[in-house]
Amino acid sequence: MADPDEPVAPDHTRSARNRAARAEVLARVRTALADRPLAPEIPRDYHRHRELPAGFATVLDLLDERVVDYRAVVHRVAEAELVDTIATVLAERGVRTMVGPADLPREWQVPGVTWRLDGASDQDGGGALSVSDLDGADGVLTGCALAIAETGTIVLDAGAAQGRRALTLVPDYHLCVVHANQVVGTVPEGVARLNPARPLTFISGPSATSDIELDRVEGVHGPRTLEVILVEPSA
Amino acid sequence: MARTNPVTWLGSPTFPKAAHQALSNTQQRRNLRKATTTIRTKRANAVAELSDWEQLRLAGEAIKDDVLSNLDVYLERLEAAVTARGGVVHWARDAAEANQIVLDLVRAEGADEVVKVKSMATAEIGLNEALAAGGVTAIETDLAELIVQLGHDRPSHILVPAIHRNRAEIREIFQREMPEVPADLSDDPRALAEAARQHLRRKFLSAKVAISGGNFAVADTGSIAVVESEGNGRMCLTLPRTLITVLGIEKLVPSWRDLEVFLQLLPRSSTAERMNPYTSIWSGVTPGDGPQAFHLVLLDNGRTAALADQVGRQALRCIRCSACLNVCPVYERTGGKAYGSVYPGPIGAILTPQLVNDPEDKQAASLPYASSLCGACYEVCPVRINIPEVLVHLRERAVRAKGRLAPEAVAMAAAAWVMTDPKRYEAAQKAGSLARFLAHDGRISQLPWPGSRWTSARDVPEPPKESFRTWWRRNRG
Repeated sequence: MADPDEPVAPDHTRSARNRAARAEVLARVRTALADRPLAPEIPRDYHRHRELPAGFATVLDLLDERVVDYRAVVHRVAEAELVDTIATVLAERGVRTMVGPADLPREWQVPGVTWRLDGASDQDGGGALSVSDLDGADGVLTGCALAIAETGTIVLDAGAAQGRRALTLVPDYHLCVVHANQVVGTVPEGVARLNPARPLTFISGPSATSDIELDRVEGVHGPRTLEVILVEPSA
Repeated sequence: MARTNPVTWLGSPTFPKAAHQALSNTQQRRNLRKATTTIRTKRANAVAELSDWEQLRLAGEAIKDDVLSNLDVYLERLEAAVTARGGVVHWARDAAEANQIVLDLVRAEGADEVVKVKSMATAEIGLNEALAAGGVTAIETDLAELIVQLGHDRPSHILVPAIHRNRAEIREIFQREMPEVPADLSDDPRALAEAARQHLRRKFLSAKVAISGGNFAVADTGSIAVVESEGNGRMCLTLPRTLITVLGIEKLVPSWRDLEVFLQLLPRSSTAERMNPYTSIWSGVTPGDGPQAFHLVLLDNGRTAALADQVGRQALRCIRCSACLNVCPVYERTGGKAYGSVYPGPIGAILTPQLVNDPEDKQAASLPYASSLCGACYEVCPVRINIPEVLVHLRERAVRAKGRLAPEAVAMAAAAWVMTDPKRYEAAQKAGSLARFLAHDGRISQLPWPGSRWTSARDVPEPPKESFRTWWRRNRG
């Protein structure tokens, strides 16, 4: 039993309390398992890959439909049209200030918009953008690690053209570039390609809630608008 | 163990009493019927999309059974992995110990306010109350939890704690409790969500400490996953300097690959979506990204007692999806608060008494009776917990705990005495058919005492005029 008067020491995990609690919990587990239940063989005959549902010609078509189903916006473009599309989309939205990761490709930083990159050395003051910088921006532009077509999910892993997690969270508008070779079909295919050592964020549509009468409504704390540019190699 | 487990609310009546009261709340019954009907249909559609749903369920069950069978090994592995990646692991035997650990950590940060992601584990241990007693304000940031907190109310559902409230009631609570909302706030869910966004925004952007639970912890990699919708989870898991995660010891999965199963089972079973809007997964501390101090509190609080029960331990497979609540005819009518616990519904009826683990606790012992044993909960459970089997098992345990003089034990002993002698058996059958005089339209709705205790909640079919034995003797004998 914990003694409420005993403060948790600065190196609390080595405290007498923590050692005793650890030993006791593990001992209780071992006593509880005195019947030595056999660990079962795990059946892995669920589908790692799946046929496309009827009516979808490619995995990109499926991703497109599934992302739109969450009331996000999808633009399908050829590689050569990417930069123009970024410019058009931002202009139509009337965006003035955009944030992005330090390694956001130069050509994506279209003119007509003020770009503030996180932790970029040529930044005035340099260093990381503050939370209020992020809050004051009109949106954020990133790439992604991969996308899962079946569930309409984009995964960020803080890798190339993505930056740290706060970037895609605080601004109210997220514009995300997904390349065709980043798209997988199923959840197992996606999980297999991810590195668990990185901080991961799975994004399926704009922020939403089901808390009022169990019905999904878009737009709570995360970005309320998610816009995806799905890029295919130019012919 | 002198202290009571806060998993049940102090002073709650037994389930039959609470159910009687709840049934007279017609507004709540209407709200619940509407919400559960909506989600049942949506879930069925989401599940039907996957042709391998049964295989996924079988895999989910086996993975969780593997975790439980080797829990000591996986816990030590998780601890090592989290520590290697810069996290700090704490162990808590019970609620009081977990609360004290968290309070001390918050104080060490010099914070008097924390933001919280919705978490069943922290609700179970009464963390908010413990923090308040220690001078720390905990702000719930999940919309439904916020509705419960601002309404000075109790949760009634695992996934949607405010499911018993409709939009008009929510608007009323917001208008009363949020000084900044406009007087003409509409009851459109979009407007209500916007009000919550405005209310919490500054708190998120300035909080120093966040507290979360966890949906899954990967033993191999030390990765913790939090599955959510609103982005309040991401706010808490990303912006504050310090993150404290309270995790039940059964929440583990052995390896990274296992998430491919649960990230399919959970969203489709809980919110009936192909995928929930946001899932965050982190392993320890990432320099320059997110909280720079990460504390993981591993919580027992009765779980090892459940683990010791060979039938009951399957309840620890639960991933808190709440599909069993949404299909339960009893839950739909009584609502969650009648269960007197943060874990209501069919899963609560088997989990709560095991976590309480006190045969003297009448309220907890009444919970396994909160079911008609229809089996709908077992059918939808993504990890195939045989809830009816555990319910019957726990009823047996409750009767045994009452001793040889309990009404059920006396009745069974009497039945054994009657049934072992043919003459006594026949006489009893004749006496039984006399009950026909109490019947209307083929049903008896009130038996004399002690049978009245059975018929207070059920009808008994009218017994036949004569027994098979008598009929056989008359016709063939």
